[in-house]
Amino acid sequence: MSAQRSFAWIGAKSTEGFAAFGRFSSFTAEAGRAVPDLKTWGKLLFPLMKRIGVDSIPIALFLAAFTGIVLALQASYTFTGAIPMYFVGTLVGKTMILELGPVLTGLALSGRVGANIAAELGTMRVSEQIDALETLSYNPHSYLVVPRVVAGLLMFPVIVVFANAIGIVSGWITAINLLEMTSQEFIRGLRLFFEPFDITYSLIKTGSFGFAITLIGCYQGFTTTGGAQGVGTATTRAVVLSSMMILVLDAFWAVTLLQ
Amino acid sequence: MSIELIDIYKSFGPKEVLKGFTLTVPEGDTVSLVGFSGSGKSVALKHVVRLLSPDSGVVRVDDQDVAGLSRHELYELRRQVGFVFQFAALFDSMTIRENLSMGLIKQGTHTEAEIEQRINESLNMVELEGFEDRMPAELSGGQRKRAGLARAIAFRPKYLLYDEPTSGLDPVTTTVIDRLILKMKKELGVTSLVITHDMKSADRVSDRVAMLFEGRIIEEGTPDEIAKSENPIVRGFVDGEPELVEQGRLDQ
Repeated sequence: MSAQRSFAWIGAKSTEGFAAFGRFSSFTAEAGRAVPDLKTWGKLLFPLMKRIGVDSIPIALFLAAFTGIVLALQASYTFTGAIPMYFVGTLVGKTMILELGPVLTGLALSGRVGANIAAELGTMRVSEQIDALETLSYNPHSYLVVPRVVAGLLMFPVIVVFANAIGIVSGWITAINLLEMTSQEFIRGLRLFFEPFDITYSLIKTGSFGFAITLIGCYQGFTTTGGAQGVGTATTRAVVLSSMMILVLDAFWAVTLLQ
Repeated sequence: MSIELIDIYKSFGPKEVLKGFTLTVPEGDTVSLVGFSGSGKSVALKHVVRLLSPDSGVVRVDDQDVAGLSRHELYELRRQVGFVFQFAALFDSMTIRENLSMGLIKQGTHTEAEIEQRINESLNMVELEGFEDRMPAELSGGQRKRAGLARAIAFRPKYLLYDEPTSGLDPVTTTVIDRLILKMKKELGVTSLVITHDMKSADRVSDRVAMLFEGRIIEEGTPDEIAKSENPIVRGFVDGEPELVEQGRLDQ
């Protein structure tokens, strides 16, 4: 009986999962069909690029600066004696560009941007503002979803370029001030295994994070039901799902582009 | 040139909301759809502009089958229909002017000066002149409803749908809104469907009143006919007598 109940539970959850995936796919397809409606979303893009991108730079730089400091100190702690110190530059550069710059920024922005979008659109949904848009002959996907997703796709890589740079600079400052290294040593390590593809990899990864975070935020907002509690639930879901998606995409790009 | 909802069935999961709902709003008339809270009045209203689609049944507006319209045709139809939401649904990040201009900008046929003129005319009609630069949060409940009405009439629709236009308002403001509904009919010649549970209000604004109960219309007539109805459910609703409603339910 207990096994039967377990199977029933697994069956119900699987069906629910497939149905949710189907709804999300349908939402994404609807947003895709709205992309040609540039007349509607084009004029909304720049303000959203500022709100999603430019306004997120301070938090991204704050995270990157401290990450760079810690990376330099941990590298020095690990390398003691056995490995030349200029490898501190290698580790700081490679780790910031390939992993920590994009992933930490992505996780921070899933909270800042994803939650903001889900809460905003969720409130619009429960207060019938999205219905009102429809009655005024606007496609809500063109007006609300596409500009947010495009802004995320374009601006996340820009933020991460700054974050990577600040992380490396803070690692360099730490190295020359606290680790008795010279700038030449740090830069030698930084250039040692550097590949221009590292930057491309970092940007592709971050673009996909921007796409996922904004799309999930929009979907959660659009499907909000109930009142304030529903908005709260949608916001939490947006942050949790986008954080998970960042880690999944991180692994996906590593498998597909680094092997 | 009317609104017709014919044999509409609509369920949300296991909950059947509309079960054979049929209602016609003739051209130029104002019909009030009354019923208990949660009886599905707003659900029925949202079918008119395909904010919801029926599980079965036909919705016809302006002689067009709403379900069969392409997206482009649907948007064309929606330009003929103004929707006044229960809580106004004003875009809270925009000023009242921006709220009113949204539909006009989307039409794409007006110059900036014409849009400005239309905004002023619409705000004058609902007696909100001078409120153009206010944010929705700065308005009272009654003012928000009037601003919502101004937005709905800004593009001069042929049809107006009102979702509980007087709910939550004091009696004086309710009368003001009722007079505005009559004014819209007189000055714009619109065909209107009004959702309400306020019988006084329905009496004032309607040519006909229909009562929705358990998913279908159980009585329809002029306000006088409804007031004199022998149907115990209608009587119970009009007089506010739950016992009569219960009796009527048992009799069904």
